[in-house]
Amino acid sequence: MGYLGELFVMAMTAIFIQNFVLSRFLGLCPYLGVSKKLDSALGMGMAVIFVMTLASAITFLINKYLLLHFGLMYLQTIAFILTIAALVQFVEMVIQKNAPALYKSLGVFLPLITTNCAVLGVAILNTTAFRSDGTTAYNFFDSVLNGFFSGVGFTVVLLAMAGLRMRLEKADLPKSMQGMPIALILAGIMALAFYGFMGFKI
Amino acid sequence: MSFVKELSKGIIKDNPIFILVLGMCPTLAVTTSVINALGMGFAATFVLLCSNIIISLIKNITPSKIRIPVYIVVIASFVSIVDMVMAAYLPGLHKSLGLFIPLIVVNCIILGRAEAFASKNNVLLSIADAIGMGLGFTLSLSVIATIREILGAGTWLGIKITPLTYDPMLVAILAPGAFITLGFLMALMNMLKEKK
Repeated sequence: MGYLGELFVMAMTAIFIQNFVLSRFLGLCPYLGVSKKLDSALGMGMAVIFVMTLASAITFLINKYLLLHFGLMYLQTIAFILTIAALVQFVEMVIQKNAPALYKSLGVFLPLITTNCAVLGVAILNTTAFRSDGTTAYNFFDSVLNGFFSGVGFTVVLLAMAGLRMRLEKADLPKSMQGMPIALILAGIMALAFYGFMGFKI
Repeated sequence: MSFVKELSKGIIKDNPIFILVLGMCPTLAVTTSVINALGMGFAATFVLLCSNIIISLIKNITPSKIRIPVYIVVIASFVSIVDMVMAAYLPGLHKSLGLFIPLIVVNCIILGRAEAFASKNNVLLSIADAIGMGLGFTLSLSVIATIREILGAGTWLGIKITPLTYDPMLVAILAPGAFITLGFLMALMNMLKEKK
């Protein structure tokens, strides 16, 4: 299988088969918290894609040339979370300075991303991930693309959830079911639907 | 007196999972069996306790502008300790919790308590708060895990308890079961609150 085929497998796995939210349980806080309105969900999704791609790139370099090189693997958690926190802060400042319009739509979501476990999750998973042949470890581009596709997977389910929840507001529900409980049950049914993708053999 | 009050509030009144809705990722991911839930609960409680102690001790010398990075470093150090100790002494549990041990760093409960409580109160109250919240977290995880393990595997703590004729509902220990179980438990909590 050529490299393009490899990328296709990676994209399908990250977006549908091993979806970050519904099958790996990462990034649930924004998934449940920011999915009440479609436009804020879109803003959050874009911010997550952006930060996850950048974070995958930088943490890969840090892991390979700093931690592995000097035998400091036990510092991985601390190094990664600090990198991500600094990166988010930096991205926020750059966007604020150079693209005020973008900052207006993404701004509020950026600080929240530091504690989004999907970002740290993809950084850690990239260090142990293998290509579909099971032996080749991810190189730099694989990691970056995996970060990007995982972000896309997050955004897809976040948007779907936001669309469904906007409809739900009009539904006549028992009082104790309103809000979070019905959102969780809805997420469960969505996860069940996403299990259908596991049947794909690619 | 207030020590007991801070200790007990995390268990029912301000329960981190059912009332505050914090720390959803580990809640849903590790509750496939009671033993995993207990392991995760105690690991998070340990990190919460240690970080609350340190943060309340250094609260006067931490500049408020960089307090969040400082908290994250403190929390990440304790998470690394838990990670290494668990890998050395409980390799089985370490393997089944997997990615979710380093991810305790971004568990909103811990950073949330550091910011909302430990940075404003003295050490003794912070200890009470950490133990209360930790116990509340562990108990909630165990409740969810009990339901899912019994329904999904017919066992509790690995011991078979359902009759042989019961056919385990596999979906309960897969991802969808986690969401649906928590959804119904939260609805139940809301119903009890309304009745009061």
